Amino acid sequence: MELIFQPWPWYISGFLIACIMLVLLLMGKKFGMSSNLRTFCVACGAGKASSFFEVDWKSDKWNLLVVIGAMLGGFVASHYLSNGEMPAISEATKVSLANINIASENGYLPQELFSISALSDIKTILILIVGGLLIGFGARYAGGCTSGHAISGLSNLQLPSLIAVIGFFIGGLFMVHVLFPLIF
Amino acid sequence: MKQIIYILIGFFFGIVMYKSEAASWFRIYEMFQFQSFHMYGIIGTALAFGIVFVQVLKHYKIKSIDGNPIVILPKEKSFSRYMIGGIIFGLGWALAGACPGPIFVLVGAGYLPIVIVLASATVGTFLYGIIKDKLPH
Repeated sequence: MELIFQPWPWYISGFLIACIMLVLLLMGKKFGMSSNLRTFCVACGAGKASSFFEVDWKSDKWNLLVVIGAMLGGFVASHYLSNGEMPAISEATKVSLANINIASENGYLPQELFSISALSDIKTILILIVGGLLIGFGARYAGGCTSGHAISGLSNLQLPSLIAVIGFFIGGLFMVHVLFPLIF
Repeated sequence: MKQIIYILIGFFFGIVMYKSEAASWFRIYEMFQFQSFHMYGIIGTALAFGIVFVQVLKHYKIKSIDGNPIVILPKEKSFSRYMIGGIIFGLGWALAGACPGPIFVLVGAGYLPIVIVLASATVGTFLYGIIKDKLPH
């Protein structure tokens, strides 16, 4: 039981993620989370604005059920299967965090960005909005996110997914190394 | 019945994302700093098993439970859309410290500010749909 409450090691987690992809393939579906954002748009009537959203969203209902499950899983894992401690990140990362004014004594997410009180700062809200816009726009432009490209696509040895994942890292590295010192 | 299976798959996914700490902003930050093996270990292990699973499915021509052959449609050939779209996604992934799967998981975990990320990611998807014909693909 103690093992469940501790953070899970990477080799267990990675194996379980591959199993989730396998089960979805056996169900005749595919592992991809960002396509749900498109389904949200379709369900909200975005088909009137662009033919990109003129699809029958009922065929994607299964993935919305996966989303509901993921939310329930997040609730159970955070409330009943863990102690809410900060991940045991490396000492070097703690030094880097100090340089951008983020505390190393924190919860599962940085209080500086994800606490209710942080929302009183307009800068926090802007960071969250810009981050979300880039994620949603970029995922659809690239045709998938981490689950669709880095896991499903690369598992199928698809060149487009390799290009996309290289892009993910160029963007992520640029954000953390070049833009973070300017933002925080 | 099938509906319950999808919810269970998602439920399991949510627990794995949270417990592996792949849903933590700190781990994403650390990954882009190359200061820990943790995230690379998760993605690498998932990929290693994923490649084996897909090869086995293909080799034995295993059918899905509804009796249809399992086909993973190849993505259309292009460089610019994957590279440019990928870079834009990566910028957001690092800034918000979460990709779409973990965003859903963190909403369930009760972090209210992540709802702002989810809402704007949906708007970002909508904006892509509006201007996609003007973008290089």
